[in-house]
Parts: sequence; C-alpha cells; structure tokens
Amino acid sequence: MNIHEYQAKEILGRHGITVRGGKVARTAAEARAAAEEIGAEVVVKAQVHMGGRGKAGGIKLAATPEEAEQKAADILKLSIKGLPVRMVLVTPAADIGHEYYLGAILDRESGLPIMMVSREGGIDIEEVAAKTPELIHKMPFDPDQGLLSYEARQLAHKIEPDGKKALQIAGAIRKLSLAFLDTHASLAEINPLVELKEGGVLALDAKINIDDSRVSLVPALAELRDPDTEGTHDEKARTFGLSYIPLDGQIGCVVNGAGLAMATMDLVKHFGGEPANFLDIGGSSSPEKVVAALEIITADSQVKVILFNIFGGITRCDHVAEGIVTALTKIKIDLPIVVRLTGTNEARGRKILEDSGAAIFAASMEEAVQEAIRQAEAVNA
Amino acid sequence: MSILIDENTKVVVQGITGRDGSFHARAMRDYGTQIVAGVTPGKGGSKLDEIPIFNTVEEAVAETGANASAIYVRAAFVPDAILEATDAGLELVVVISEGVPALDMSRVMLDVYASDTRVVGPNSPGLISPGKCKLGIMPGQIHEPGKIGVVSRSGTLTYEMVWQLSQHGLGQSTCIGIGGDPIIGTDFLDVLELYKDDPDTEGVVLIGEIGGSAEEEAAEYITEELKKPAVAFIAGRTAPPGKRMGHAGAIISRGKGTAEEKVKALESAGIAVANVPADVGPLMKQALGV
Repeated sequence: MNIHEYQAKEILGRHGITVRGGKVARTAAEARAAAEEIGAEVVVKAQVHMGGRGKAGGIKLAATPEEAEQKAADILKLSIKGLPVRMVLVTPAADIGHEYYLGAILDRESGLPIMMVSREGGIDIEEVAAKTPELIHKMPFDPDQGLLSYEARQLAHKIEPDGKKALQIAGAIRKLSLAFLDTHASLAEINPLVELKEGGVLALDAKINIDDSRVSLVPALAELRDPDTEGTHDEKARTFGLSYIPLDGQIGCVVNGAGLAMATMDLVKHFGGEPANFLDIGGSSSPEKVVAALEIITADSQVKVILFNIFGGITRCDHVAEGIVTALTKIKIDLPIVVRLTGTNEARGRKILEDSGAAIFAASMEEAVQEAIRQAEAVNA
Repeated sequence: MSILIDENTKVVVQGITGRDGSFHARAMRDYGTQIVAGVTPGKGGSKLDEIPIFNTVEEAVAETGANASAIYVRAAFVPDAILEATDAGLELVVVISEGVPALDMSRVMLDVYASDTRVVGPNSPGLISPGKCKLGIMPGQIHEPGKIGVVSRSGTLTYEMVWQLSQHGLGQSTCIGIGGDPIIGTDFLDVLELYKDDPDTEGVVLIGEIGGSAEEEAAEYITEELKKPAVAFIAGRTAPPGKRMGHAGAIISRGKGTAEEKVKALESAGIAVANVPADVGPLMKQALGV
C-alpha cells in the first residue's frame, strides 16, 4: 500500500527523524490559510503516489500566502503521469546544503532488509543505480534490531567526509531502519535527506510503501489508505478477495490463480488479442465472487467478451459451472462468454454450462483464448 | 525416486481443525499420504476421523514420529507455527497459508537457516511425489508417476503444466510449488540441486514469473550444474510494470524482474522456453530425445 509524503513524514517524525511539518490542503484557499499560519516562505507539494513530481510542476516555492494560493490552484489542476492531484502539502521552506539519499528495502535474494545510501541524493536514484552503481552503498541489517549504531556510522562515513555531519546522518540512517521495521514497509525512502544551513539534517521528502499483507493483518493501517488514489473497483475487489488490475484491451479475463491469470493474459496477446484486465478469482468460485468479478469487468465499456479460464483442481468443475450459471441469473451480461473448465468433474461442468446456454464451452486454454478473440472481433465487426 | 517426500514421509498437519486444514488433511490421506497427526492448540486428545490431534508439534512428533508438516493456519499465526515445527526438529515444513508479511518471514528464516529444517513456501501449493505422497493442495489425479521434476512459483499454472505433461505421457518424479511470495524458504536453486542428485529425475520443467531474479540464477545453474534436459515457461509477459499481479512477489519493480529479461537469460543459457503452455510437453519430449 502506498501512502502519501505527509503520512510518511509523520511516521519518520515519530521515529525521531527531523521533518518539517505542514498542512495538507485540498483547495487553494486552504493552502493560503496554511501558508498564513506558517508565516514564512513555503513549498507547495502535490500529494500523489507517483515519482517525478518536481519535473511535472507539482512542487513550487511560494514567498507569500497569495502566491501559495496561486501555486496550489495550479498544482491542483495537474495530472501527474495520469494521476489527478487532489491535495497538496504546504510546508515551510528550508535553507539547505548537500542532499543525500537514504532508502531501505527488503531484499528478496538474501531475505534480509537492506539499507542503501548515496551522496547523490535529490535526483532519480534509479538513474544513479543504473549509471553509477558504485555511488550507492548497501548494508543488510537485522530484521529485529535494525541497523546497529556502528553499522549506521560505517554507512554514513561512506557518503560524508565531515565527521560531525556524518554522525547526524548516521542517526537518521539508524532511525530510518527502525521506522522501516516498525511499519513493515516494503520500501522506506528519504530522498533527499538534506543538510540544513543552520545545522542538522532534515528529511525533505519521504516515501513509504507498506506490505499489503501487513495491512490485511492490522486493520488500523488501512486508515492510511487514500480512497481518492484507488480505482473505483479496487475496494470491491478487495472485499471479495479478488486480485484485479485493469488493462487496455477488449477481452475480460476471469481466472483462478495468479500464475494462470498471467499466463492467460500472455496467451491472449500471443494470439493477437488484448487483455482488458488481470483478475484472479482465487480458490473458490462462489456465485457472489463471480458476480463481483463480472460487475467489475463489465463496468469497463471496452470489454467485448468475457473469458473464464478455470483449472478446477480441488475446486470441482461442476461447482464452478453452477457458480457461473447462478451468477448469470443475478447479473445480466450482454457480452459473449467463453468458459474453459478443466479438471475434476469436467464433463458435468460442461453439461451444466451447455444446458444453460449462457456460455460457450472450450476444452483447452488455447481453444478458449482463440474463441474469445474471434468473439471480440465479431462484436467489433 | 523423488525428492523431499515419498511413501515413508510421515506428516503432521498444523491447523488440522480449520476449514482448509481438515479438508486437505483428508484429501492428502485419501491420496495415500501418511497423515500421522494433526495439531491444534487446545484440541489435543480429539481426532479428525482416525487422525489423532495434539496440542503441540513436539508432542505429535514424540507420539507418532512425524518428520514433515503442512501448515494451514491463518497468516497471523504462521511465523509461530513455522518456529514450532522447526523447534520440534521436523525435516520439512510446507507452508500453504498465504498473506504472511514478508518481514515476518525474514525474521523467521534466520532461525530456520540455523536449524536442519527445510521450509517450503509460504503461499505454496505444496509438493507431490506422484503415487507416493501428496503434501499440499494440488489435485492428485492429474499427476502421473514418472521422470520429470517440476518446480514452480505458481499454483494453478503448475496444475495446467502438469496436466499437459501427463497427457503427453511425461510422468513426474516430484512437483514442487515454491510459493508466490517475495521471501520464501526454498528457492529454485535449492530444488534444482535436489533434482540434480536424484537419479530418477531425467528432465526438469521450471515455471517462473515476473519479479525478482530467481529465474536468471536458475538459468545459470541449469547449464553449469544440473546438466539435465530442461524446459521453462515464464508467466507475465504482458504484465504492466509496478503492479502486483496477484502473488505478493509478482511485480516488475524499478524496471527489474521483467519476463523478457528472464526469457533472455534462459534462452541464452540454451534452455528451451515455451511461448505458450501447450508447448511445454512437446519441448520436453524434444529435449529428452523421445
């Protein structure tokens, strides 16, 4: 789960990292009021889950409340890489020196959390990683204890020659590792961590992604989710235990299992079609789930055909077929439906579907995908 | 032969009184697996059919000689269940449950690595040595005993592949789903090493997907060490970057972990990569020269 910059900074602040507070504003007038309250030069920053905000014009300096209002109005009209900006953070401007990068992730290969630091902060760290990987220093750390103080100092001295400054950076590094563990983050990043002219270091920008599995176990964390950043169907998919990702094509896919769902999309593309979505309906195919899946998929007007690809293993094919037929009595679908069902009780499943007349039966994945493409073309013609 | 499990494996089911645990305990037993015990804290002394239930894994091992476990408990209880099984000295612990936070697995695995226990999963369909032992949730009847080792990050996609292999007359020595999460107890390399040393595994099918770089490492190992005919399939060629495709570990992050990279690594290592699932059987036959 992605959270906003202002939320990430609140978390870092609670862990003792210096951040500048500020106010979240949803209108230009609110931004003006926030700037008046701060009573100094401010920065107005778009709050969207997307990098490259500065380049897109989503971060502006404002000397006066009037200017803050104007800048906020401009930013609130923006869409950054397709995401509309619905709020801004108004935060005091800082007189800054050098900019560093600090980031913690969970490394899949070693299975351990890793801290990455660089003297080249404030810019796209992926670019630094691609072009000059030697400028990024990494250290794995204990998933219970975080980076120990001396480990944090070792890292800090690699990116800052001045002893006193390095100690301040080391403090931020250790605290970031603890914030990472405490929030069960999949990514916790300060970019940049800046040296303040008046002394000390400040997290000027921050990003935290929280492990979705953790959010499921700790319902309070879900309150950090910004419903405005979700697609209209994300919440419904979550409620019914579906994994759904919209794409641009015409063939709506309903599949049991994530790997098979990906392979189905790939096969659609392979035979010259375009998948409209990724949708993993999970282990059971209860009518309620099928109805939810169909509602989500058919809300996309581009969809011309619905393709079920179900490998009925433990889930019996006749149950799946009944689920689909029952679902179709509860929701009216005007589109052709192609169903591939393989596995336990396949023949019975096929009979149920064919008797209902609700769907075209296909015996294999390849056959089903090709039939779905033919149907989509027929609708288009 | 087979790897990790066979007709002598004695299984304890952790979470045997839950909905999934009881269903699959019976399904595994009906397949022929020796399900010798179940564990549900507080329900010791009762039975599921003829299977005795114990309060702790330690007690189950002492009473029945169980040497492997399958975990079906809810995600929040999985770390404790793994550590309990490890502490009881089980050789193999298969975690079927999904939704375990990655950091919890990172913490648990430090203790597991310091023990002699092997963990498979979490978010794994389990493993099966056809005709001998089924330790997981896969449909047993699609498998045939044979000489092909299957290793996969997926569930139903693996069933699809196995079903096709069986239809081509290519039976399996063992099929193992290592799980769709970012941090897992057993990876491709661990399994390939076991297949290498299993004289009855004559060819290997590897089913990968987007995210991470396990397939790239496997490609190198297959060419350098395994030296047995191998066929691969990679799911997620059309997956958009930055989106989690169902599995917690299936994500192209920061441009890394794409299907193209994986296919390229496998092909340049000389491994046949199937473009569509239906090609896996024929390619395997070709690789085996049959």
